[in-house]
Amino acid sequence: MNHEISLVVVMILVLLADLTIGDKNKKASQLLSIGLFLAHTILCFQWSNSFSPTEAFSGMYLTSEIHMFVKNMLNIGTVLVFLYAYYWNTHENKSHAGEFYFLTLSTLLGMYLMISSGNFLLFYIGLETASIPMATLVALNKKREESAEAAAKYILTAAFSSGVMIFGISMLYATCGTLYFDGISANFSDFNLSIMGLVFFIAGIGFKISLVPFHLWTADTYQGAPTSVTAYLSVISKGAAAFAFMCILMKAFSNYPEAWKEIMWWIIVVTITVGNLFAIRQKNLKRFLAFSSISQAGYIMLGVIAGSDQGMASLVFYTLIYMFTNLAAFGIISSIEDQTGKVSMDDYDGLYDTNPKLAVVMMLAMFSLGGIPPFAGFFSKFFIFMAAAEQGEYLLVFLALLNTIISLYYYLLVVKAMFIKKSDSPLPTIKIDNMSKVGLIICTICILALGFISPLYSFIAERSFGF
Amino acid sequence: MNIPVESYFILSTLLFFIGVYGFVARKNLISILMSVELILNAANINFVVANRFIFPEQLEGHIYSLFVIAIAAAETAVAISIIINVYRQKKNIDAKSINELKY
Repeated sequence: MNHEISLVVVMILVLLADLTIGDKNKKASQLLSIGLFLAHTILCFQWSNSFSPTEAFSGMYLTSEIHMFVKNMLNIGTVLVFLYAYYWNTHENKSHAGEFYFLTLSTLLGMYLMISSGNFLLFYIGLETASIPMATLVALNKKREESAEAAAKYILTAAFSSGVMIFGISMLYATCGTLYFDGISANFSDFNLSIMGLVFFIAGIGFKISLVPFHLWTADTYQGAPTSVTAYLSVISKGAAAFAFMCILMKAFSNYPEAWKEIMWWIIVVTITVGNLFAIRQKNLKRFLAFSSISQAGYIMLGVIAGSDQGMASLVFYTLIYMFTNLAAFGIISSIEDQTGKVSMDDYDGLYDTNPKLAVVMMLAMFSLGGIPPFAGFFSKFFIFMAAAEQGEYLLVFLALLNTIISLYYYLLVVKAMFIKKSDSPLPTIKIDNMSKVGLIICTICILALGFISPLYSFIAERSFGF
Repeated sequence: MNIPVESYFILSTLLFFIGVYGFVARKNLISILMSVELILNAANINFVVANRFIFPEQLEGHIYSLFVIAIAAAETAVAISIIINVYRQKKNIDAKSINELKY
């Protein structure tokens, strides 16, 4: 429980800091918020070292070592998002900076609860705690029409999807007589109502991870939201939901894999293909990354369909690497957008001539997203393909590999725009603020190094056995 | 009068699909929100009926439906405030008017 308690304390302190010194000294209260959260992150690492599995609320809340690892991972991602958002919060979003930190932390609390739930009640509460403040974050930019539109689309689809999900959960309750995951696992049978409940549940959570038949909100929301919020939404929220989904499938439905393996098989194929095909025609970089993140969600689901301990380890590893890679790309997009207001791919023509460092980091991020060998993205794809292939999903892995080739095409389009195309009016040379610089350097080092640090994968794999 | 359990489930299923139809077909953002409420209430009926008639020795279903009501209230509050924000900018809350972000 240490993680959650300390996060709640940090949330209250951030709120108080905003109330007391926020009006007089905006910078001080923001730095205090970031510093407090940084302290929380470091403390969490400390606790993870000396840790024993705990449970609370009569088994509704469970933790194990892999949960700790994922929570620490989400903490690091949130720190990076805070670093990127600092410039935006001190300039454009000056009057609502305090809300940004508080709301982001409350969604993070929801994700913590969602990850370590042992009961559908706590899972539902965590999911809603994660998604309701998220809608207000998307709408944070009150003056922009796009932001309100994106938020309206997000909150309506989120409410609809959670409605579908709890309708499914109610069917599971009617057939199994319990809401605990282990109880459902013991009582689940091929009764039609149970299968219906499972299908509704997968549809509901598919909205959150933006799997394909349920992905339509993704691109609109990503484009309309403030860029720092988009970064948070595409990485942290998606990673947490994917991990929670895998935990539930493993805990509650592992006795009956034939009920969900085929659904997931089709969902993965469609997700990867549609995400890739739509990404090709995007001109707005935020929309482009939205479709790319849809197809990446499909790859993440390969770990789910493997349904083994190795699938779990490779899913966590994939999410970790995807987090750093995508945050590198979003760091660049958000600094360029904050200073020039440009997000279109045509604006990036000739970026290398004026901003060589930014162009190189963006290139590394694109190579890593596409899975080109020396970078971290290759290793994460390799492990997740291997996990799926070991369970005999050869055709699926083959289709995913074909899609990797398609995805290379559009990732390289960005690289081509930056390095090869010439532009009459390239972007001016941009001076990045120090906070974003630190974030970008961390992400770049991780893209270059994480693939080669093999102890990391074995560290995760050790913890994911019998989680 | 004795009402069989199945009729409750038929009612909740009907409510659910009316809600889904409304979510897809209605043009006003507030009506879309009301359709979502129908879906949530359908799930609530399922929980309460399953608890009362199939597993009368427990309380889990009742408590779950209470939580759903509370969370739905929070969700509606946020959704309404966002819809008001849309109204301030577009001067209407027609679903067709929020069409700037597409393709």
